[in-house]
Amino acid sequence: MNERRVVITGCGVATPLGIGVDALWDGLIARKSGIGPIKAFDAGGLKSRLGAEVPDYKMADFVPKTYRKSTKVMARDIELAVVCALEATRHAKLITKCTLARDEADGALSVDSTRFGANIGAGLICADLQELAGALQTSGDHASGAFDEQKWGEEGMYQLTPLWLLKFLPNMLGCHVTIVHDAQAPSNTITCGEASSHLAIGEAFRTIARGAADVCICGGAESKMNPMGVMRQQLIGRIVAGGDDDPATACRPFDGSANGMVAGESGGLLILEDLEFAKKRGARILAEVIGFGAGTSISSWHEPEADGVGAALAVENALRDAGLKAAQVDLVCTFGTGINGYDAAELAAWKRVLGDRRDVPAMALKGALGTSGAGAGAVDLAGVVMALHHNTLPPSANTERAATDGLLKFAQAGPVDLKIKSAVSLAYALSGSQNAALVLRRYEG
Amino acid sequence: MSRRVVITGMGWITPLGCDIETVWQRLQAGKTGMAPTTNFDASKFPTTFSSEVKDDFDLAAIIGAEAAQRHATASLNSRFALGAATLAWRSAGFDRQAPTDMSRVGIYLGGGEGPLDFEPFAAAACCGWDSEQRSLNTVKWAQVASERLDRMKELEQEPNLAASHIACHLKVRGPSYNTLTACAASTQAIGEAMCILRRGDADVMISGGTHSMIHPLGVTGFNRLTALSTRNDEYASASRPFDRTRDGFVLGEGAAMVILEDLEHAQARGATILAEVAGYGSTADAFRITDIHESGRGAIAAMRLAIEDAGISTSDIDYINAHGTGTEENDKIETLAIRTLFQEGGRKAPPVSSVKSMLGHLIAAAGATELITCVLAIRDGVLPPTMNYEHPDPNCDLDYVPNAPRKADVCIALSNSFGFGGQNDTLVVRKFATEPRP
Repeated sequence: MNERRVVITGCGVATPLGIGVDALWDGLIARKSGIGPIKAFDAGGLKSRLGAEVPDYKMADFVPKTYRKSTKVMARDIELAVVCALEATRHAKLITKCTLARDEADGALSVDSTRFGANIGAGLICADLQELAGALQTSGDHASGAFDEQKWGEEGMYQLTPLWLLKFLPNMLGCHVTIVHDAQAPSNTITCGEASSHLAIGEAFRTIARGAADVCICGGAESKMNPMGVMRQQLIGRIVAGGDDDPATACRPFDGSANGMVAGESGGLLILEDLEFAKKRGARILAEVIGFGAGTSISSWHEPEADGVGAALAVENALRDAGLKAAQVDLVCTFGTGINGYDAAELAAWKRVLGDRRDVPAMALKGALGTSGAGAGAVDLAGVVMALHHNTLPPSANTERAATDGLLKFAQAGPVDLKIKSAVSLAYALSGSQNAALVLRRYEG
Repeated sequence: MSRRVVITGMGWITPLGCDIETVWQRLQAGKTGMAPTTNFDASKFPTTFSSEVKDDFDLAAIIGAEAAQRHATASLNSRFALGAATLAWRSAGFDRQAPTDMSRVGIYLGGGEGPLDFEPFAAAACCGWDSEQRSLNTVKWAQVASERLDRMKELEQEPNLAASHIACHLKVRGPSYNTLTACAASTQAIGEAMCILRRGDADVMISGGTHSMIHPLGVTGFNRLTALSTRNDEYASASRPFDRTRDGFVLGEGAAMVILEDLEHAQARGATILAEVAGYGSTADAFRITDIHESGRGAIAAMRLAIEDAGISTSDIDYINAHGTGTEENDKIETLAIRTLFQEGGRKAPPVSSVKSMLGHLIAAAGATELITCVLAIRDGVLPPTMNYEHPDPNCDLDYVPNAPRKADVCIALSNSFGFGGQNDTLVVRKFATEPRP
């Protein structure tokens, strides 16, 4: 098969450690935690008040002046994607319609709009509950909660702005990003929960490899930092109990002593390019994408697959695609959310893949960043890109007691120098059956 | 040359019925799926009707009582998807002889989000409302919400759940995806599934879409956008694609699935080949979230890319199954895009029709129903009509196969889907012939 090589030239992230990939990397190295009491709303009625929120930003800093009005119809998930998109183009020094309009660059566009694609993973976007409740309460009984659909149809619904629906369509992350940066090539929105970013980046990798686009902006974003987002995870039984007194240690990947995730929010978008295209424009190449694989769990659509077969299939497919043996993996980026059942299933998958290897250098970022959903995988990958770039294994928060039967070795006290040639990252949907993995390699010409 | 991809199975759950042949007969006969909405009390909504799946949908009869029990908590979306996928699987012959390596079988759906669990959701919003502060007291809300909301119904709203139910039911281990590019989703899903098969990352893909937005907030959202027809007194003929008096689309629901297969894999097992998926084009308008680009540039580009991908030219196309929603803007610009594309090729556009005039708009699932329609048009040499076409619109000047089916040899058909926000996807489907593509 005659496929083009695909490289990563930029990473844009918005995480609880700040905006931009430097804030992420510096925060990880300095062992900062992005977890704290939820500030976005009064979480007093929830079992846990912990969240992982992206620090304040102003949308005006991430769109052209002419697009500021449109930021009013962006759910938080969409905002995060738009923020990440400009961060990623800046990081890649990619000149787009947006960077030109913002006077951040001058000269010609780096890529023809019809060869510039977008593949952005999105979650189940929660409607702004204050806005929606404000409308719904006009048509319901405040004591019993009984709702009058006739009254709603006649009067209540007009409390909502005409464009209300468009704030919450999952493809609006991609739509706003493609409008702002003028990306007209293939554009897709993958909605597979926590696996979304990996599937989206994998698809962008294939799109560029077969020549359907030269540059793709890809990854995902999601915010669970709203009452419904956290409530949903609480009802399903995934939120860690307690920890309010010491937020930084609450979420403990692969550590059976605490069970549960911290709900969060984040976005991550990568710039993927055809290698020759990147070289021609003189781009700095951060890493090469050499393998992608997906696999499906079939034991349940709402519980972890205890034997890890589906997740292992994804990693095995990605390694085969990369032409790598398990023994050649220098770094494993786990998805470890801190939910015991899922962590155990993931460990089973890594055991299947890595066999009798011992102390494989590994990272687990959710202890510091929480679990955001569709954006989490892209943030992991941005972390992997930085690890490759710096030849450094970043510390993984709260993994001191991680129990992996000697298979994985996390850095704890601080960063560890590590020669990394190839790294593999896994992500999987918590609700649902999808698993996906990507293999990145240091670019050496 | 990359591998060829063929369709070897089809299934759908639609407002006009739940088996391929019945629905196809009804589409040729110009039947309507529209009726007053029953999923909730829409009697005072601006739009009181829709195109719902009817009582003839019996999931247990399709997947078996035991399986239906296992999937008892599935949302309407997931139920439609399970039904359609199982019918497609059966039509491909996989119920008799399953594929030997299930890790080479994948899923690519354009599945919508599951319907919101409206009653308890609205109750929590009302009970949590603080009239004095004029805001929601989230603490009070959380108390009510945690008592009244159901964990499985919350889980079922995730858009990837339909694909996950199918995976568990049919034991599918290969690559699995869900896309949600609004009204373009299932066309995009089938296009991307074709790419996966061409590259050799799977041998079989279950692909298509499923969606129901016929619930209070779904209809609210579209009514506020003024996207829906409000022809409440003439609901049966309310969906009027390309007609001058069109006033919006009619919301439908359902699922449609195809089994896509690598040609050699299909031939090796002696499968009946229904058609070949020969081309796929995908673009973004990158214009506005509310409007289609007035020149139709994204739609033109998607059609052109699909045609190039299939290695054919515009003059080879015998029939276009339009997105044709019945909104003022879509039908005008889609017409312009088709006309422009064919003028470039120096020929008149082929016949164009929209089955949304009968089925309504199945949103994420629409594209897959329309691809199946194209396969049947190719098989039987019949173009389905655009119903309710009475008043010519100077902006819509193509041959829309008005009001009656038409006999026509169809070798190659093109199917368009365009989504809110400027997502454009086009598929080229052709009659299967053993000689390689030109």
